[in-house]
Amino acid sequence: MKKIFLIALAAASGITLMTTGCSKDFLTNDPTSILTTDQVFGSKELAFSALADLYKGYVDQQTITNWSEFTNFDEAFPSEAGNYWRAQQTDFPYSWWSLWNYDYIRNINIYISRCKGATALDDADKARFIAEARFLRAANYFELVKRMGGVPIVTEALTYDYSGDPSYLQQPRAKESEVYDFVLSELDTAMVDLPDDASVQDRASKGLCLAMKSRAALYAASIAKFGSSTPSVSLSGGEVGIASSEANKYYQISRNASLALVKSGKYSLYMKKPDDLADNFAALFYDKGNNPEVIFAQNFKLKSGTIEGWTLNNQPRAIAEEAQGGRVNPTLNLALKYETLDNKYTPFVVKNGSDYAYYENEADIFNNRDARLAGTFILPGSQFKGKDVDIWAGYFVASSGAIVTSGTFGGQAQLPDRDYKEQAVGFSGPIDGLEFAAQTGFYVRKFMDPATGSGQIGTQSEVWWVRYRFGEVLLNLAEAEYELGNKDSAALYINQIRKRAGFTKDLTANDMSFDRIVHERRVELAFEGHELFDNKRWRIAHKVWNGQTISASELEAGVGTATAPNTMAYGLWPYKVYAPGKANDGKWIYKVVKPGEVTAAHRFQLGNYYSTIDQTIISNNPKIIKNPNQ
Amino acid sequence: MKNIRLIYQIMAIMMGMILAAASCQKDNYTAPQTRFTGHLVYKGNPIRVKNTGLTDGNGIGAVYFELWQDGFGKSGAIDVYLDQDGSFSALLYNGDYKLVIPSAQGPFISLQDEQTGSDTTILHLNGNTDMDIEVLPYYMIDQANFTVGADSIVKASAAISKVITDSRAKDIEFVGLYVNRTSFVDEDNNIAKQTIAGSDLSSLSSIALQAKIPEDISGGNIGVADQNYFYARVGVKIEGVDDMIFSDIIKVELP
Repeated sequence: MKKIFLIALAAASGITLMTTGCSKDFLTNDPTSILTTDQVFGSKELAFSALADLYKGYVDQQTITNWSEFTNFDEAFPSEAGNYWRAQQTDFPYSWWSLWNYDYIRNINIYISRCKGATALDDADKARFIAEARFLRAANYFELVKRMGGVPIVTEALTYDYSGDPSYLQQPRAKESEVYDFVLSELDTAMVDLPDDASVQDRASKGLCLAMKSRAALYAASIAKFGSSTPSVSLSGGEVGIASSEANKYYQISRNASLALVKSGKYSLYMKKPDDLADNFAALFYDKGNNPEVIFAQNFKLKSGTIEGWTLNNQPRAIAEEAQGGRVNPTLNLALKYETLDNKYTPFVVKNGSDYAYYENEADIFNNRDARLAGTFILPGSQFKGKDVDIWAGYFVASSGAIVTSGTFGGQAQLPDRDYKEQAVGFSGPIDGLEFAAQTGFYVRKFMDPATGSGQIGTQSEVWWVRYRFGEVLLNLAEAEYELGNKDSAALYINQIRKRAGFTKDLTANDMSFDRIVHERRVELAFEGHELFDNKRWRIAHKVWNGQTISASELEAGVGTATAPNTMAYGLWPYKVYAPGKANDGKWIYKVVKPGEVTAAHRFQLGNYYSTIDQTIISNNPKIIKNPNQ
Repeated sequence: MKNIRLIYQIMAIMMGMILAAASCQKDNYTAPQTRFTGHLVYKGNPIRVKNTGLTDGNGIGAVYFELWQDGFGKSGAIDVYLDQDGSFSALLYNGDYKLVIPSAQGPFISLQDEQTGSDTTILHLNGNTDMDIEVLPYYMIDQANFTVGADSIVKASAAISKVITDSRAKDIEFVGLYVNRTSFVDEDNNIAKQTIAGSDLSSLSSIALQAKIPEDISGGNIGVADQNYFYARVGVKIEGVDDMIFSDIIKVELP
């Protein structure tokens, strides 16, 4: 039988060989899997899909498709065994956040030059495509300068002439300020040919150019202003560091761009659910229908292959649609920053004198706070997708002070004076050291998709990743106004944001301070990829992550201070009180805990401000100089 | 059955061939054998730093200098890390090297080389070489004495001198006492510590610090309950400089 099969196989392959060898001009066949330049730029659809590929190259540091990046900075704890090391390493490697993607820039440059030369495209289409490509190039240079400082500015596709001497292709690094200037002027140019249409949210628009100008100029301004506090973070050629005399100029540019966007009236804060501000804040990120706040987002579509797994990765374990979830655990460190509605920083009350503070309902401890807390966190005692998230760490036996709990999700244990076992811990934990449990007592809510199936591997989610939104522009504007000495307008814009979060008492001009600005950005923009780059541009990263261990009380004391250390992740665990026949039976107490996996205090060194330029890059181009302090 | 045996035979032959091919090529270099050793010093006193620890190629935390050698294609430095006592050692080939201490490495300023007038020192290696490299530290810890009582409290008295006092001078961020159960002691590796902020120091010549060694931590493996000797040192963190400077490591024994 086998022999026959082998013979058949041999015969078949012989035939195949003969047939292919027979065809005469097989060498001149048109390729079936490659499109030529003429074909691509001969049709609007193909030129557009080549552009879509460039959009795909847009670089994010933290993003919903890379959840673990959110857990490096004590904003969240990684509840997955393979990522505990993020809470256990002290130093951030100098090479982290390194970027040198000149291949991508080359692709954009080639696209621009070919699109310019295309004859088959409408002038309007051509202009828009080119403007979009220029926008993407500006966005990428912004990303490069944020991470690396000044980099060579290449605007043409470089070609090697094979002469043996590549030195004419070697460009030195531009000044940091020159790269920012380039980004700002490119955005000005691109803006002209882009649609002035707020419904364009996953492609470049005029509003997006203004929003990016607002952010980029603010970065340049703060580097100029705060650079003096870290004098060693600079290079004598200006590749790193911007002169302090430039600060006001950049603050002005940022302010003007933000103002232009605000005055255009095309965008507004999301306010579709005024009755439940926490829900409203959560919906801002997943509502893709006529969302007036989102300026630019990376879009996803179900059943298209372009889906994202943020909800799959982070769904509460108790109601998970797969046997996983719960990875990103926001920390107590972040939760503490959400004020009570009297505009005060108030620690969560866990003690009442020497006794615990008792709460009627599990969620009561979070009452009367900034709505963004419940909009950003999945809190104990709350619901997700209409189901209880079941976060509680065990029973607190009031008579003895003992804790009765279990080491498995929803595990059972026997309480004193009972002759049966019952559930003694939530199906979402918290259980120390158990992956996917809410090891800080919290899960993340921002960007979580409430749709059924979003937690299934086979379905996942089409919630978009919001890169630019109107709320951030308002905060940029408030910061620029504050730095330019206009505290009144700073308060005006910050209060717009705070009203949406449920605050009824406005902040006054006198309340405005650097700490306030920093604080507002931290709570409004948590899990949107701002924390690292904000702390870098303010030059406070080495103070916030100073490598010193930190206690819970130090954490609480520093909550309103921008430079207060925030080096280790803490959590807040609820316990159900067991006191049969007593008034406190069935009530809730809370304990502040440090997850057992958190063993190191994060340290951001001066050499981390600008990431390593790889030695092979310097080797290939000796004009490139190293970043400082490495 | 036959087929399986045949497969094994073929596999054996192929593996033999691979081994034969791999072992055919002779190594064309002998291993480097020249020892380059020494200390980083200030007026003959070694600059004591943090131990090299987890240097995973990024050199995080530890102090190093670079050796460059021209003429071998792509350029890349050989990083030489300092040990806790300020010593270094590297196994190299004989030849000409350029020695560079990267700016902002270590709790010191590197001195300009007189011969080259830059940060680069020319190094001719021919046979084992022992060389001390002079640098200019911001601060030196002149002395540090440690005592430990029956209460397992380590007390340190230290004297620090400010070496750089001109426009390049920097303030002290904090002074710390660190105690560990092994002889690797620094701001990351310790079981007991105390730090005093630079602004709270009244005098640099008599600084008193103390830290209590815990009875039992890490599930009962570490602490005075298990061990009666420890290692201690004092370190200075300088404002705007990543690397700390330390005193010598002293073994302290419980009475």
